[in-house]
Amino acid sequence: MPKDSGIGASSKRREDVRFLTGTGNYTDDINLNGQAYVHFLRSDVAHGRLNKVDTSVAAEMPGVVRIFTGADFEGVGGLPCGWQVTDKHGNPMQEPAHPVLAQGKVRHVGDPIAAVVAETAAQARNAAEAIELDIEELPAVIDMKEAVKEGATKVHDDLESNLCYDWGFVEENKAAVDEAFEKAAHVTTLELVNQRLVANPMEPRVAVGDYNRATGDSTLYTTSQNPHVIRLLMGAFVLGIPEHKLRVVAPDVGGGFGSKIFHYAEEAFCTFAAKALARPVKWTSSRSEAFISDAHGRDHVTKIELALDADNNFTALRTDTYANMGAYLSTFAPSVPTWLHGTLMAGNYKTPLIYVNVKAVFTNTVAVDAYRGAGRPEATYQLERVIDKAARELGVDPVDLRRQNFITEFPYATPVAVEYDTGDYNATMDRLLEMVDRDGFEARAAESAKSGKLRGFGVNTYIEACGIAPSALVGQLGARAGLYESATVRVNATGGLVVMTGSHSHGQGHETAFPQVVADMIGISEDMVEIVHGDTANTPMGMGTYGSRSLAVGGSAIVRATEKIINKAKKIAAHLMEASEGDIELKDGQFTVAGTDKSVAWGDVTLAAYVPHNYPLEEIEPGLEETAFYDPANFTYPAGAYACEVEVDPDTGKVTICSFAAADDFGNVVNPMIVEGQVHGGLAQGIGQALLEGAVYDENGQLLSASYMDYAMPRADDLPSFQVDHSCATPCTHNPLGVKGCGEAGAIGSPPAVVNAVVDALQRGGHNVTHIDMPLSPGRVWQAMNG
Amino acid sequence: MYEFEFKRPGTIADAVAALGAEEAQMLGGGQTLLPTMKQRLAAPAVLVSLGGIAEMQGVCTDDAGRICVGGGTTHAAVAAATAESYPALSHLAGHIGDPAVRNRGTIGGSLANNDPAACYPAAVLASGANVVTNTREIAADDFFEGMFTTALNDGEIITEVKFPVPVAANYQKFLQPASRFALTGVFVAKFAGAVRVAVTGASEDGVFRWSEAEAALSGNFSPEAVDGLSVSADGMIADLHGSAAYRANLVKVLTKRAVAAC
Ligand SMILES: Cc1cc2nc3c(=O)[nH]c(=O)nc-3n(C[C@H](O)[C@H](O)[C@H](O)COP(=O)(O)OP(=O)(O)OC[C@H]3O[C@@H](n4cnc5c(N)ncnc54)[C@H](O)[C@@H]3O)c2cc1C
Repeated sequence: MPKDSGIGASSKRREDVRFLTGTGNYTDDINLNGQAYVHFLRSDVAHGRLNKVDTSVAAEMPGVVRIFTGADFEGVGGLPCGWQVTDKHGNPMQEPAHPVLAQGKVRHVGDPIAAVVAETAAQARNAAEAIELDIEELPAVIDMKEAVKEGATKVHDDLESNLCYDWGFVEENKAAVDEAFEKAAHVTTLELVNQRLVANPMEPRVAVGDYNRATGDSTLYTTSQNPHVIRLLMGAFVLGIPEHKLRVVAPDVGGGFGSKIFHYAEEAFCTFAAKALARPVKWTSSRSEAFISDAHGRDHVTKIELALDADNNFTALRTDTYANMGAYLSTFAPSVPTWLHGTLMAGNYKTPLIYVNVKAVFTNTVAVDAYRGAGRPEATYQLERVIDKAARELGVDPVDLRRQNFITEFPYATPVAVEYDTGDYNATMDRLLEMVDRDGFEARAAESAKSGKLRGFGVNTYIEACGIAPSALVGQLGARAGLYESATVRVNATGGLVVMTGSHSHGQGHETAFPQVVADMIGISEDMVEIVHGDTANTPMGMGTYGSRSLAVGGSAIVRATEKIINKAKKIAAHLMEASEGDIELKDGQFTVAGTDKSVAWGDVTLAAYVPHNYPLEEIEPGLEETAFYDPANFTYPAGAYACEVEVDPDTGKVTICSFAAADDFGNVVNPMIVEGQVHGGLAQGIGQALLEGAVYDENGQLLSASYMDYAMPRADDLPSFQVDHSCATPCTHNPLGVKGCGEAGAIGSPPAVVNAVVDALQRGGHNVTHIDMPLSPGRVWQAMNG
Repeated sequence: MYEFEFKRPGTIADAVAALGAEEAQMLGGGQTLLPTMKQRLAAPAVLVSLGGIAEMQGVCTDDAGRICVGGGTTHAAVAAATAESYPALSHLAGHIGDPAVRNRGTIGGSLANNDPAACYPAAVLASGANVVTNTREIAADDFFEGMFTTALNDGEIITEVKFPVPVAANYQKFLQPASRFALTGVFVAKFAGAVRVAVTGASEDGVFRWSEAEAALSGNFSPEAVDGLSVSADGMIADLHGSAAYRANLVKVLTKRAVAAC
């Protein structure tokens, strides 16, 4: 029986009422008295020396308040990078300066050169056009392999080269891995590109800076997934504002997909300028601006090799990846191709020896950082593609080859430094095959053939590391932050609760799911619980939302805080009923004394806490409010099996997805409807990557796909009706809810299923095509079939 | 967008007068012009809207049986009005862009713009339509002069388009995945005496007639008639979405499909 409230119920998303009726409060809805507007003049060349920025004419234009250039930021810090990777020789990565406004050079199309603050947005833009620039163009560094060649033009003159780091993982295993390849009965090799993507959240970025002259407090309203992180990075590293004088508010945020994790120049600028001008300063990105200033995702070029013995057991895996950093290091960029990618290369398989090499490269392109899945989709894609290719080369069934190599015993320590706590990969594969009617495939293929279409079936598994992350571990790996989460639970006198969480919802449904947990623990109605998030002034220090961490880490903090509340409430109840604390039970919002018919209601206890007339004041304080910080013991490891069936039109190369099925193990599920929605969204983005999306630069560093005229977003009619299932649950063993996280799975697991299916279709059609790089646009598929 | 003056005349004559001003430009549905102005790539000082000119609105049939579409008629209105009288044209108009685009965008604006990936030019050329302006009537074969160029003079207003109705016709549009304009589109129109085949989206010279296919189909109106023909990739558009060879292939594939669907 489906539950109708609490954990396991598909409670309707309460936030949708405001999102769907236009009553949300987004950053752009915030307008302050006396607000001025900023327009950023951005570089239209990819690489050049900034000889002169002449603002004299522009400064006299109507409405101009002040024009800022790089010179105004000389004494100010640059944008910091939150993760330091150590290279294979034990040296720190090369870390270039990242000024708020360009100094000396421009390094990508979109690099901000000057900021015009004016009375209106149009006046700011008009004046920006009157700024005279003298830019001496330099050769653009675009191709990663060219960029790391001896003598290549340098993106950063003061660095040794364009190589940020050359990372080997696990370096000590390299010799053993190479040896295993020498001894292998079969080696499958695949070269592939995991193409650059633009996140494209529905709401573009916005920032409003404010400064209170009377108190000296600064406030930044911004489109962020993690306001506390922005407060820390911007306050401590860029502007030198102590945290108690800086408030960061991220109100309703319309999607992020990773791109709103990072601290951006525009945020620092608006906060800085508000103080300099003593008036609020607002910036609203246009969609065109978003394409050239939001951090991009993916952009890996990889060679992967899989070694097998004569019985088709995987014996070793070796990868060689070039990862594009873009022109500057975005906040978490260095961690994505390393610790979020290399550590997942075992996938669901017991390959004993793995070596991952990643060369991170600077180029004259927009910075690349985490995008839904971040590193894990790149790992999954190459692994699941090379396994499929191996199955084909060996003439074995791709499902059987996978099953044969599945990890079946848990906990399992991989050769790439992580320990999977639990999972059952055969169970999700079994469930998947039930969902897709594989036996009926041949009949469906014959039907497709009647209309001249090639049908193909593709399958893959995935694993991800979510619930990011144990602080001590990530600290060892180079993180410059802890990755715990926090919650304060405040119970009011009349029994209602407000939960202040450090997690940040930008569409995920926290306002609905978190109350389900708290209400269930106490046995009260979900309506009695309200969630507050997104404002550093009224939430405890938290690390925000990404890496499918909100329920696994943030939810665990809420559980811990609620446990503290319940413990204290039991003490009060014991006093009220003159019983011993150990005998008090809480069920359905009633405190009872075991073995008696005595009871007091939740509301009586909360009232007593705030009206302590009859209260154990000598033992406990009045009031009912508790805070907990939760630092996870391990990552969580959601996993699953995905299958895709496609039809390819051989005349045009057009791929149609006939069906897509996802069998996921997310551990325990709090709200099945929200989980289903997250998987649907993830699949849409993963299929978007597989078939449609791709950011492309020309050799001069101009972004060719700089608008929706050329950057293809997935639309509803590009997608089939998904079959999703999460009944194969192996609960996480180390967090109190047994949850694993579901936000990224769809985007991680789906691209290989689609590409495997298309290759299958082409092979069945007699085309000797072993790989096509994404996106599998009609033009590319046709080209692959026709040489 | 820069500031501009806005005029909304009620007659063609008043529009012509208004367009006499310095840097004046016509506004149809604004679906091309307004985004260009927002990007500050166009900056007319005076914008003369054609939306208020009643004589440029609507669809009727003339004495010769031609379908006459007012130059200011929206795509949605054309789709609705020609569903019975010219289904292929109706289908084409009904699949341009999205509902917002179809409720604003006009036939005159589309033809004047002559985007190499636009749909209407294929219908006009394949139908052998006449483009009527405030000063003259231009045969389709003389109207399109290459990407974004037409026979129109500065300030010349498309007031009407007259479509002869073929015996059978079909438009095959292969979507560019991002914009959903035609990556390539082929309009085949079969008349009593001849077949006309117009191709959009493919050539660097804009919409063109595929005369070899016309000849082959005039003799044998069947998809197989096109089999023996080959389309050269020379001069075809190559971009992110498809190579020149791919577009050449599409021309043939879509032509066969259009004939099969007629
Ligand atoms: C999202 C989107 C999707 C689209 N998809 C398609 C598609 O699939 N297929 C397709 O064919 N098109 C598509 N279009 C373009 C659309 O059809 C436009 O409506 C058309 O190109 C321009 O028509 P308009 O009336 O909006 O003209 P405007 O934008 O107002 O004007 C365009 C140009 O024509 C001039 N002009 C306007 N009216 C006249 C006239 N009567 N006489 C002379 N000159 C005139 C203007 O001065 C201007 O130079 C799309 C547009 C958008 C925004």
